[in-house]
Amino acid sequence: MLSANIVLFTALAYVALLFLVAFVSDVRSRKGWLGLVHSPLVYTLSISVYCTSWTFYGAVGSAARSGLEFATIYLGPTLVFVGWWFLLRKLVRIGRIHRTSSIGDLISSRYGKSTSLAVLVTLIAVIGTTPYIALQLKAVTASFQVVAEATGTSLLGIPTRDIDIRTGFWVAAGMAVFTILFGTRNIDANEHHHGVVAAIALEALVKLVALLAVGLYVVFWIAGGVPEVFRLPAAATVLQGSETFGARWVALTFLSATAIVCLPRQFQITVVENADENHLRTAGWLFPLYLFLISLFTLPIAIVGLATLPPGSNPDMFVLTLPMLHDQSALALLVFIGGFSSATSMVIVASIALSIMVSNHIVMPIALRLPRRSAGVSGDVKTLLLVSRRISIGVILLLGFAYFVASAQSDALASMGLIAFAGVAQFLPSLIGGLYWYQASKAGAFVGLLGGVLVWGYTLLLPSFEGGSVIPASLFQEGPWGIADLRPQALFGTEGVDPLVHSLVWSLGINVALFVLVSLVRDQKPLERLQATLFIDVFRNPADNEARFIRRSAAIDDLYILAQRILGTDQAYRLFRDFARQQGSRDSLPQPDTEFIAHLERQLAGGIGAASARVMVSQVITGETISLDELMRLVDETQQVIEYSQQLEHKSQELQITARQLREANERLRALDAQKDDFLSQVSHEVRTPMASIRSFSEILLSGDDLTSEQSKRFLGIIHNETLRLTRLLDEILDLSHLERGELNWSLRPIDASAVLARAVETCQGMAAGVTVEVRNDAGSVEVLGHSDRLAQVFINLISNAIKHNTGADPRLSIHSTIIDGRFVVDVQDNGPGIDPADRERIFSKFSRAWSTDRPSTTGAGLGLAISRAILRRMNGTLDLLPATGQGACFRVTLPLRQNADQSPRAAAEG
Amino acid sequence: MSARVLIAEDEPNLVESLSFILSREGCEVSAVFDGESVLERLRTERPDVLVLDVMLPRRTGFEVLKLIKTDPGLSAIPVMVLTAKGQERDRRTAEDLGADAFVTKPFSNQDVVDRIKRLAGG
Repeated sequence: MLSANIVLFTALAYVALLFLVAFVSDVRSRKGWLGLVHSPLVYTLSISVYCTSWTFYGAVGSAARSGLEFATIYLGPTLVFVGWWFLLRKLVRIGRIHRTSSIGDLISSRYGKSTSLAVLVTLIAVIGTTPYIALQLKAVTASFQVVAEATGTSLLGIPTRDIDIRTGFWVAAGMAVFTILFGTRNIDANEHHHGVVAAIALEALVKLVALLAVGLYVVFWIAGGVPEVFRLPAAATVLQGSETFGARWVALTFLSATAIVCLPRQFQITVVENADENHLRTAGWLFPLYLFLISLFTLPIAIVGLATLPPGSNPDMFVLTLPMLHDQSALALLVFIGGFSSATSMVIVASIALSIMVSNHIVMPIALRLPRRSAGVSGDVKTLLLVSRRISIGVILLLGFAYFVASAQSDALASMGLIAFAGVAQFLPSLIGGLYWYQASKAGAFVGLLGGVLVWGYTLLLPSFEGGSVIPASLFQEGPWGIADLRPQALFGTEGVDPLVHSLVWSLGINVALFVLVSLVRDQKPLERLQATLFIDVFRNPADNEARFIRRSAAIDDLYILAQRILGTDQAYRLFRDFARQQGSRDSLPQPDTEFIAHLERQLAGGIGAASARVMVSQVITGETISLDELMRLVDETQQVIEYSQQLEHKSQELQITARQLREANERLRALDAQKDDFLSQVSHEVRTPMASIRSFSEILLSGDDLTSEQSKRFLGIIHNETLRLTRLLDEILDLSHLERGELNWSLRPIDASAVLARAVETCQGMAAGVTVEVRNDAGSVEVLGHSDRLAQVFINLISNAIKHNTGADPRLSIHSTIIDGRFVVDVQDNGPGIDPADRERIFSKFSRAWSTDRPSTTGAGLGLAISRAILRRMNGTLDLLPATGQGACFRVTLPLRQNADQSPRAAAEG
Repeated sequence: MSARVLIAEDEPNLVESLSFILSREGCEVSAVFDGESVLERLRTERPDVLVLDVMLPRRTGFEVLKLIKTDPGLSAIPVMVLTAKGQERDRRTAEDLGADAFVTKPFSNQDVVDRIKRLAGG
């Protein structure tokens, strides 16, 4: 059993340790030794400030009550860190370049450094965070009482006495002291608080170790192993206890994903305290791993708690009461310290973030509006800021404490975490729109934010006070003034929906709708447009670009006084000297040109926020023009880049198509090339054969003295014939090549095809000695489009083939012309040996001879049919070998009729 | 030299010139005009040298050559391959199949005579 004194002593010792760590880290970093503090590990651990006491104690409670629903709280951030990494990277880059000091500063700066927007965001943040701080105070107080008064009833997790308000007060006061000490030492241009971050990282480790320790103890000590845990009857109750993946599930995941970006303390840690963009890379996997580890034992603890603790025990305290039940005082103490850690780290970071926002966005603007008391003393603004921040921290913690006292006896706090999440989720549209949508305007952001927050307050915050005395219950049951459509949890008849889902859909819906509509309607001011471009294109436009658009001049003395007032003498001197060196001046004062003023304003913005920095700098500026031309050009450039990239995409698609076409063309060319090789090899063969005869006989003639004159004559005759054959061959090759390339030196004109056929038959009479030629014309005079000599060439080729290759005893040849389906058809049929079926198509290719009895020297080179077919194709006709009928071969020529007139059939034997 | 030479060639003019120059050297020349006929002729008589054209109708010269050289009864007959293609690939094919000499068209009469003498003498 632990006495209150031991618990108190341990807690104080732990706090002292935190002070020490923070102090040492602060001193070391001030001396430039960043070491461990400046590491991705510490960065990631500090992000886990996300896991507050609400998660530490409440996750088990949530699991005991609603089963797996608790997982959504871890799922959302995991999704963001794994999947939306690029959004975080953009935020961090913008935060670094524009010296963003808070989420309010970022939103205000994006929308033209608007003061009103900054004030609105700050108020929402305070409203959303105060109850959250109260929740932490309550958790610490309650857990202290439970652990320190370990009596029979305290094992239920319900303190015997009423909540001890004094404990709460001292906790709040202690945190205020710590935060003031380490959170407001200086107004660093980058708002880095190394001491605080180091302490937070240590606390992150402590809470993880505590949860893992109690988890291991519960699973392996109390339950006896993982399977045993899930065999407990309570396991079924827990696992079946909730509607998983329903609307509430989606809403919770979405909310927690939003919270990891929009919660002021998360923004403070993730963006403002970020020292190196690359740390985000590590956090991208390490933080989800942290979340996984910290949620690992949630379910088992809930199950074992339900199974072993007396009925009526508070599930929110299972983490603490389970070890106490088994008299594990040391473990219980560790758990208490872990919960204490998660509460304090949240309160510290949240109050730092809020104090910066309050001092920069509320106190500064008011101070700037007050009539100036004096000419301004060195560091007076700095002092004002630090003092106002310290007071803000005190006030914020006081507010949280007050809220804690007011609601100490109610259970309203339990749902406070989610209500806060839904509140800060209202930042999301303005934030995302500001980062990706050029047209998003200040008016749109303001109206959307305001509308969303009002709806959130009405539908979610207000009902959380239900049952108190301030708000009449009739409001919830009957609606204001009895208007049922305006009931806070059933707007416009949306009844029966989970209150959280209901509120989220309505508030964010109205927020987005107003944001988009007003942005579309209201034009941006030049400064808004400039900031929009600088933010959205942050990876392309360094902040120095600002100098291109805003031309300002000021007296260097005024600027120096201003810088001294805000930064203090030393820092101002260093800033001016460094810039002067950068300008190449030996003087310690730089030229007060546009660039320097922009640089100075950014540095000041790091301390007092963009809006206030702009107002203060403007007070000493003697001339300012925003160059609209330059601004338009910037917007144009952006537009152009978008167009270029679209064109580029288009071009690359075209290129792909062209490449494919080229590949296809290349394949065709390769095929053609192979054909050409074949062709050349054939030509070579066809030329060499007659050449061989010519050479051989020439040599005989040259060498032989003993030749008779008859022999000489015969050999000369052969030589002569072979030269003619060669000539014919070359002519045919040229002819075919012309035909194939479509180079026609003849044109198509109306001709009488029957007359051409008759002429061809007549020409062949000479060689047809001994062959019976039968001609039948059923077509009459036929007009086709063609060339009479060429058509005659085709017919002569067919007829002479039929005569030459017909080696039968009684060679016969039948030529029959007719008209079928509007086409002139000529069949040339012989009774020769016919053509082998395997050669049916080959005979139409070049250099083919299909007749087994062929005597090459008596024929052409085997190009005749190829040429004939090419000629007919030019006349839109065809040449085919009809299927074998058993006797001889039959070639068919068809040609389209020019017109269908004069078809009177006329049988006649011609020639 | 009175070698018996069988010419397998489908160009009548070449058969005539080859017959003339070989007869003039004292050879006994006979001719066939297609691939199938070569094999038929070889069943009945055995020449001292075979002059074989590659582009023959009904069985190409390479087919005939392969059959001769893989037939133990015929493989001893020296074969001079005659081709108009003159490509290196054909020469290699002929050598792989076991041709004893390879001559491209157009040929030199003296060259053909010398080679046939050598083949007939060996």
